[in-house]
Amino acid sequence: MVEHAWLIPLLPAIAFGLTLLFGRRGPGEGAYIAIAAICTSLAMSLIVAARWFLAGGSEAYHGLYSVSVPWMPAGSQAVETGFCIDALSVVMLLVVTIVASLVQIYSIGYMHGDPRYPRYFAFHSLFAAAMLTLVIANNMLLMFISWELVGLTSYLLIGFWFERPSAMRAAKKAFLVTRVGDVGFLAGMILLYLKTGSFNLFGANGVFENLSRLDVVGPFGLPLLAVAGLLLFCGAVGKSAQFPLHVWLPDAMEGPTPVSALIHAATMVAAGVYLVARMYPVYLADSSGTALQVVAYIGAFTALFAATIGLAQNDIKRVLAYSTISQLGYMIMSLGVFGYVAAVFHLMTHAFFKANLFLGAGSVIHGTGTQDIRDMGGLRRKMPWTYWTFLISTLSLCGVPFVTAGGWSKEEILAVAWHTNRLVFAAGAVCAFVTTCYMFRLVYKVFHGEPRNKDIHAHESPRVMLAPLVILAFLAISAGYVGTPWANVFEHNMLPVLGHSYASVLEHRLEGMHHGFNPVVFFVALTAVALGVGLASAIWLKPLLRIERLEPYLGWLARLVENKYYIDEIYQATIIRGLMLASWIAFKFDYWVIDYAIVNGTAYLTRLASQLYGWFDRTVVDGVVNLVGWTTKTVGNALRYLQTGVAQHYVFLTVVALIIISLAVLAGHYREEAWIPIAGFYR
Amino acid sequence: MDPNCWILPIITFIPLLGVLIVMFIPKEKAAAIKAVSLVISLIPLALSVWLWAAYDRSGPQFPNGAQFGIKLPWIPSLGVNFAMGVDGLSVPLVFLTALLTTLSLLYSFIINERPKEYFWMFLLLETGMLGVFVSLDFVLFFVFWEVSLVPMYFLIGIWGGPRRDYAAIKFFLYTMVGSMTMLLAILAMYFSPEVTRLAGQHTFDMLTIAKAHPYASNAAVAALVFWGLFLGFAIKVPMFPFHTWLPDAHVEAPTAGSVILAGVLLKMGTYGFMRVLMTMTPFAFARYWWIIAVLSLIAIVYGALVAMAQWDFKKLIAYSSVNHMGYVTLGCAVAGSGLLASEQSKIIALNGAQMQVFSHGLLTGALFILVGIIYERAHTRMLSEFGGLGAVMPIYAGMLSFCSFGSLGLPGMTGFIAELSVLTGTYNASPVLAGLALIGIVVTAAFMLWTLQRVLLGPINPRWQNLPDADAREVVSLAPLMALTLLFGVMPGYILSIFNAASEVIVGILH
Repeated sequence: MVEHAWLIPLLPAIAFGLTLLFGRRGPGEGAYIAIAAICTSLAMSLIVAARWFLAGGSEAYHGLYSVSVPWMPAGSQAVETGFCIDALSVVMLLVVTIVASLVQIYSIGYMHGDPRYPRYFAFHSLFAAAMLTLVIANNMLLMFISWELVGLTSYLLIGFWFERPSAMRAAKKAFLVTRVGDVGFLAGMILLYLKTGSFNLFGANGVFENLSRLDVVGPFGLPLLAVAGLLLFCGAVGKSAQFPLHVWLPDAMEGPTPVSALIHAATMVAAGVYLVARMYPVYLADSSGTALQVVAYIGAFTALFAATIGLAQNDIKRVLAYSTISQLGYMIMSLGVFGYVAAVFHLMTHAFFKANLFLGAGSVIHGTGTQDIRDMGGLRRKMPWTYWTFLISTLSLCGVPFVTAGGWSKEEILAVAWHTNRLVFAAGAVCAFVTTCYMFRLVYKVFHGEPRNKDIHAHESPRVMLAPLVILAFLAISAGYVGTPWANVFEHNMLPVLGHSYASVLEHRLEGMHHGFNPVVFFVALTAVALGVGLASAIWLKPLLRIERLEPYLGWLARLVENKYYIDEIYQATIIRGLMLASWIAFKFDYWVIDYAIVNGTAYLTRLASQLYGWFDRTVVDGVVNLVGWTTKTVGNALRYLQTGVAQHYVFLTVVALIIISLAVLAGHYREEAWIPIAGFYR
Repeated sequence: MDPNCWILPIITFIPLLGVLIVMFIPKEKAAAIKAVSLVISLIPLALSVWLWAAYDRSGPQFPNGAQFGIKLPWIPSLGVNFAMGVDGLSVPLVFLTALLTTLSLLYSFIINERPKEYFWMFLLLETGMLGVFVSLDFVLFFVFWEVSLVPMYFLIGIWGGPRRDYAAIKFFLYTMVGSMTMLLAILAMYFSPEVTRLAGQHTFDMLTIAKAHPYASNAAVAALVFWGLFLGFAIKVPMFPFHTWLPDAHVEAPTAGSVILAGVLLKMGTYGFMRVLMTMTPFAFARYWWIIAVLSLIAIVYGALVAMAQWDFKKLIAYSSVNHMGYVTLGCAVAGSGLLASEQSKIIALNGAQMQVFSHGLLTGALFILVGIIYERAHTRMLSEFGGLGAVMPIYAGMLSFCSFGSLGLPGMTGFIAELSVLTGTYNASPVLAGLALIGIVVTAAFMLWTLQRVLLGPINPRWQNLPDADAREVVSLAPLMALTLLFGVMPGYILSIFNAASEVIVGILH
């Protein structure tokens, strides 16, 4: 089965074609084709996982099964493509297929009655195909291809309701902002290819075995390895919505909510984290550690920065979007402080609880018809299933220790940070506190208290939507038990992914770290959650603290956060405006200078010159010709008077002429001396 | 003599035969004229498919030799032969020309103004274009080069838009200037001592001239020859700053004219770069490659920026051609850049340039048809007047989105393979150049997506509420182009192995 893992992305790809072509005529208006494909992929992923972990697959393949075929020639060599199965790809396969199949089933209810219902499922299948290809690709080129294709499906699904101007703008923005990052990914990939001679990651001729060739000083005095790492990280910054390219993700909430759950919370946005994890040997090989430092601080900053914005949003999906940015920052931060295993672990648990939160939000939106939390309140009685599953995943997101999946993964990140970088640890702890604040604010405002808008008559969602919520809530608790500090099955399987040499580098970096249960970290995490819940309860559940009173002093801060620190406005004023201006200048230059002045100017000068020639031709050349003619004519006219037709006149003239000629000859004869000089000259 | 040697003259001259046949059909029988022209154009298409299949990928490549070669004395006293032959550089181009001509003729069934002249001129155009790609003698090459110019002049001048006279004359004269410098350079090569020494007499034989490296020892004359040839090809491509005839010609040309102009005529310029410039003046090329590279870079970034400022859909696609052809010339420049970069990366760059030629032919051809479809219905091309067409014309929207994403270099389609290869080669020669070219990628994506948004997305303008979706003829005109884009994007090895053989020989000249 492991050998046939390439079928896992192929099935949704076929489903995409079928759904797009046959659409409404297919079973379930096309939805069942897509769901059957993704569920089969899920089953196959489970078999692969079982073979891998239980049947000793990792021993049989030394932790890696990788196969390549030639794809295109490049000079005397061939660029290959292929897939690999190792613990990382197995985890990603499971995450993607589980969440994708649940989200597609949920969509049957959520998208019911949409005029473009089959197309929705077709795009979902395309997304699944591209995302599954990304996680089993064994070379950078195939990774980049599928990376861009998930970006395409993201564009198509954000703009699914393209009649709405906000949706179409959000789709364009998402594609373009991520493409800025992708350009970095592309450059990093090309750099690695040129230096190592391969796009393949594994094997003796692969990228990872030949990274020492990049161990030289590159531009700006940076090691070339760090340059490669940072360029690849640009891709992650775009896709995983890290500062400063985070601006697209909140706007992406314009897409249907199940899309937000699958693509913009659980899977695609985590692809950036996956990319850095997959390429982790590049970062480990850089002995200066520059790239990882940048990764760590960008991640930590984004985690905190986005969390604060989440405190001040009133759209249920936007709160969750900023929460996603923040949690992705957490994972990136973890990668930056050598928390390789912890980051992937958090990626997995986050996928489950965040997908659950988004689907819960979708259920709320479905039941109330609004996304504004100021219009909600008291929904826990009307939507009990939604409430309880939402609450469970909220607790998991906050990282409540021992009982939730998010607790295990978050504490593992904090434990690594505690060992390697206390500053990052502090940021992580504060972020955990802020996260708890905004999540409980959300829970209280949506589900507790009394309904604030009497016009909204909420109802619980249909079972086809509730079943995925329950399954995801179960996973949001249970998925963490594969990585407890006492029996870390997850870490045990994930470390060999790096290969012997790089795994030992990582272990060396984490030398002396207290493996197992760390009471300090546990205490800090619990305190952060407790403080967060307490503060949120005091403000939004029971009005003990009245934050309105702070308005005169901290109003500016509130507005700053509410407006997302005005980042969008700054980009609009500088980058977008600058680009439009450059475009306009280029166009005017093209029109006036190149075309008008030079090309048409040359044409004008040529015409001018030809007109001058024409004038010269008409006046001077033709003038001379005409002058000759005129002279002849005038002389002729004058001479005409001699032609009288009277014989006597002619005889008279003949006689006169004879006399003149005779006189001339005689004169010449007698003045012969006068001719001598000329004659002498000839002689 | 090779038993298949007659295939190239047959492919080339069957359209000319078609011209004669069409001329004998009375002009009232428009339907017959259209059907006959289409059927005749299918013959070179079928033969070019056969040519592709029968072509030996490991066989000789120019200038070491050529396949399906034929050489008959034509004007022996001047050293002029009727010589034809193909290699990896030209086989895909012959196919592309035949395919685009057939699809253009199919799309042109809507032409009702003087159809007889239109269709025979189109067939004459096909002979000219095919001839350029298969000629191995400079006189023959030049004759075909000029023959292709005339029908296009009339296609723009008679069936064009409101400013057709201006555009047609600008197109003709501008290209003519290039032809003249090219002719002078060809004559200089003809008289070069190296060629005479190798051939024993003056000759226009392209294989001999390429092998002789004319004026290899006389850098000053070689430079003059190089720039003469360069100007001829650069105007045709067109490279910045010789590009301004292109938007005018495209905007005024009828749809099928634009398809051929972008799809094939521009390719004659880049073909000249690879066939003539890089093989016959390789040393001058290696000396001046950076000028071509910088001009290409400007074309990429500047072309994209200017495209973004357009409000006429067709002009926007025309400027996007400037941007796309920039990658072709950048790939050529890097591939001929002397010993700066590794041979491997130069081959990759030239593969990318050839791939971009093919890809641009398919995608921009398709985009011009798509613009034509919407113009036929709405009688406007102003982007600001559209919007929301995705809801009323879903098939059209799907095709336009597909081609636009292909054009912006989405992986899985040919454009990506081309850009990736060119950038890889460029990165090895000069990371700074590659880095700057990357800016163009983002700007291209920006204006393509913005265009899609302005045409397809958003609330529907009530004026277009009843526009009919693309019909069968239009879908059939576009489907082969899209299918090939996808096929060679997913399985690039099939076509790249053809390009690769040609690139290895061309790059190998300097190594």
